[in-house]
Amino acid sequence: MRPYSYVRADDVEGAIATLSGAPDAAFLAGGTNLVDLMKLGVETPEVLVDVRRLTSERVEDLEDGGLRIGAAVPNSVLAADRKVRTGYPVLSQALLAGASGQLRNVATTGGNLLQRTRCVYFYDTTTPCNKREPGSGCSAIEGHNKNHAILGGSEHCVATHPSDMAVAMAALDAFVNVRGPEGGRRIPIEDLHRLPGDEPRHDTVLEHGELITSVDLPPPGFLSNSKYRKVRERASYAFALVSVAAALDVQDGVVRDVRIALGGVAHKPWRATKAEEALRGEPAGEENFRAAADIELESAEPLQDNAFKVPLARNVITRTLLELSEGR
Amino acid sequence: MSTTERATGRAIGMPLDRIDGPQKVKGTAPYAYEHHVEHPLYLFAVRSSIARGRIVSMDVSRAQDVPGVVIVVTHENAPRMADTRDQELATLQSDRVDYRGQYVGAVIAETYEVARHAASLVEISYEEETHAAVLDPASDGLYAPEVVNAGFPTDTEEGDFDRSFSSAAVRLDETYTTPTEHNNPMEPHTTVAIWEGGNLTLYESTQGVHPVGRTVARVFGLDRDRVRVVAPYVGGGFGSKGLPHANTMLAVLAAQMVEGRPIKFALTRQQMFAGVGYRTPTVQRMRLAADEEGHLTAVGHDVIEQTARFKEFAEQTAVVSRMMYDTQSRRTTHRLAALDVPVPSWMRAPGEAPGMFALESAMDELAEACNLDPIEFRVRNEPEIDPESGLPYSSRNLVACLREGARRFGWEDRDPAPRTRQEGRWLVGTGVASATYPVFRMPGSRATIRYEGDGRYAVEIGAADIGTGTWTALTQISADALEIGVEDVDLRIGDTRLPYASVEGGSSGITVWGAAIFEAARVFRERHGEDPSEGDEVQARTPNNPETENYAMHAFGAYFVETRVDADTGEVRVPRMTGVFAVGNVINPGTARSQFIGGMAMGLSMALHEESLVDGRFGHVVNQDLAEYHIPTNADVGEIDVSWIDEDDPYVNPMGSKGIGEIGIVGSAAAIANAVYHATGIRVRDLPITPDKILP
Repeated sequence: MRPYSYVRADDVEGAIATLSGAPDAAFLAGGTNLVDLMKLGVETPEVLVDVRRLTSERVEDLEDGGLRIGAAVPNSVLAADRKVRTGYPVLSQALLAGASGQLRNVATTGGNLLQRTRCVYFYDTTTPCNKREPGSGCSAIEGHNKNHAILGGSEHCVATHPSDMAVAMAALDAFVNVRGPEGGRRIPIEDLHRLPGDEPRHDTVLEHGELITSVDLPPPGFLSNSKYRKVRERASYAFALVSVAAALDVQDGVVRDVRIALGGVAHKPWRATKAEEALRGEPAGEENFRAAADIELESAEPLQDNAFKVPLARNVITRTLLELSEGR
Repeated sequence: MSTTERATGRAIGMPLDRIDGPQKVKGTAPYAYEHHVEHPLYLFAVRSSIARGRIVSMDVSRAQDVPGVVIVVTHENAPRMADTRDQELATLQSDRVDYRGQYVGAVIAETYEVARHAASLVEISYEEETHAAVLDPASDGLYAPEVVNAGFPTDTEEGDFDRSFSSAAVRLDETYTTPTEHNNPMEPHTTVAIWEGGNLTLYESTQGVHPVGRTVARVFGLDRDRVRVVAPYVGGGFGSKGLPHANTMLAVLAAQMVEGRPIKFALTRQQMFAGVGYRTPTVQRMRLAADEEGHLTAVGHDVIEQTARFKEFAEQTAVVSRMMYDTQSRRTTHRLAALDVPVPSWMRAPGEAPGMFALESAMDELAEACNLDPIEFRVRNEPEIDPESGLPYSSRNLVACLREGARRFGWEDRDPAPRTRQEGRWLVGTGVASATYPVFRMPGSRATIRYEGDGRYAVEIGAADIGTGTWTALTQISADALEIGVEDVDLRIGDTRLPYASVEGGSSGITVWGAAIFEAARVFRERHGEDPSEGDEVQARTPNNPETENYAMHAFGAYFVETRVDADTGEVRVPRMTGVFAVGNVINPGTARSQFIGGMAMGLSMALHEESLVDGRFGHVVNQDLAEYHIPTNADVGEIDVSWIDEDDPYVNPMGSKGIGEIGIVGSAAAIANAVYHATGIRVRDLPITPDKILP
């Protein structure tokens, strides 16, 4: 681990100012991912600015009936929050499907959104990786890529985003509130994470010095009929092969509204807008659910080891929607 | 026919709580790294980033300039070893690189963090040579080793295999594969080394202090009595700490360079994936044939596996097929590919674990082809004598295990048709497989017994407890050997100052150490009677067991497994496993149960999770942490029902016991694979059984 200095800012503005003046500085919250990556030499910040106590640790009501989640709210607290469990079960379920109890106690909402990929080559500084070392090449495209992207990859990077929570938030149309040197902005979560393109180094659209301060959820409405299903090779403590966050509003047998987001398939939480469009106004049922999933997955470009993710995603989308339509 | 003198006492068989339990729970049992030493220095290894070639130059200047760095060690300044014949141990003795991840240098520093950081600053230029790091069964470079692990013959042939196989009524010809697997004990390989005044002390995480001490003495040209190795508590080994590896040699080299200051060296989890042993991948072609009545007429087991180019290790994968079932003809072979990889080594039940996955999967397939229940099929092929040696078995209770397991598990009304039971989205199936493990003996162990007054006896033997319960089991054995209470035994193990004990490997520890203690107790009573004087002492060796000439000695077992497979996703869950074992006398039912449960959980891990992914372009394992190299979590392990049958074996050793450390893993992966087939109709012949192999 490279030597680094640790500073604690008094407030958000101070933290942002400190970071802005130091190109090799990073924010530290729960540290569950960043510190691991520092030990391995993947992340090498010179300064860590501790923001753990600077943002809200509370889940608060918004005037429109939604919720504002402070960036410092631990994953375990958010998962247990009564309003989250009743209004947005998909979010609670996603959080509980991630990591372990110990990690969830420490990991924060803001930090969870900013997890780096678990691509083994990204983690290994002895192998090329465009995300870690731009221009060095992607080892995964011709290497072991079972856990990698089937949607939205590029010739430079096929990594997946590892967060479960972010997939649920994508399905919920959350907004991410950010403060930075230039002031604040409010980013639809769909726009927070980016596809790798020719700049896989950047996971998100955040600029250096921008800090996530909170996440807003819209009023629950039909989102209370939502679900998270994570498929993984062991029953706990593993990243998703494929996950599905879905919410469904069916009236008189017809899909009035639907939200579908996929995890484990792309560089970002993958909002399945094509499948959603195909379903709105159509009868709810297994056949239509499956057909909609197929429409979404038409553009899938599997790699050598992960072709199974296509039928897997199709099956899990179908099953999850079916269960939601049956009130299960 | 003489039988070994038998134990008749009361302590053996009692579920005595672990003697070291309270200390371990309180965190006061010192593991290697935790031994207190004055002013230690810390070692961090520099590892090669090529798989084959030579080092052209090493620039250590940046590393050397980091404040707190004491020495940067390279092949150019490392002390010369006295004996470099074992290329695995010849650390930093030349510019050669034999595998990726090999130690090519090290930093000694005042703190661990400084050592680790400085190690990352060492710059190396290599002359790289073409390498091969992935097992290719079609390679034309395969060769037959002279013998395979544990001294077994490489190939065997009985009867006319080709004719029997080709003319049989029912035939199976399938290939099964198991991947590279890494042992990954919870405690990584760790050494604290102190070189002072020509004496070397090692606090070592090892399965055998004496074997490590002897190896280090030989490699460094030291008298044996100048090397002391201490290991009272060890956080698991699973074979990877059975033989000393380069990490121990590196720590000793470093200690030699900073004479007087202790060196602390612990591997990171990532470093556990190169250089401390692993299970070779295997490609196993099984050819089984049977007549119309379901009697085997041919058993063929042809194995391809790997070794390192610089040192040979040949896993004895097909050996189980030589003795497991009766047949008219038999052929077993082992072929190796020599690759630019770390040398494979022991991993819990080397040979038996991968070999029985193939044999017991194939037996399940052939049972179905013969239209026979898989238990009945095995019973029909039960040999009367050991097919390999022609000797009778000292005891063989496989059939009893199968019958008892069937009863406990509820096998009786099983519908053999695959993919016929569904509960919600879960496809449900059940499977069975046999287990076996030989009664190994290692030579040379000795025990000392000394009367310490007040009714107390010291029992000293340099044995190891790697978490298995040796502390407790040897105390019970000592009590019965001396016919005293367990509270009057002062057991001392884990130190080369104690009498020589062989490695805790091959499930042999209790057999040979216990026999040495029994012999010492016998001689003690013979010389000093029932009323000894304080200080009376004897030492004795494990006696030869003449019965090994007369009997084949093996433990047996049977597993029954229920699996549930998600029809949408191919996720496999194992809600319950039943294991029934025939292992002679059980010394301690509590620790034995834990051993069986651990073995079966590790078999589940082998079946569903473990796979080291080697990237052939680079030559190393890329999923080198426990986030990506999966072992089961608690949520993956369902109910495990363990029991054993009463088995009286008067021939194996004075305790009447057979080793139990390894048999729990042998065959359990096959039982799961067989249950997955029964649930889904899909036969997965390549471990691990992951969703991608089940989804269409």
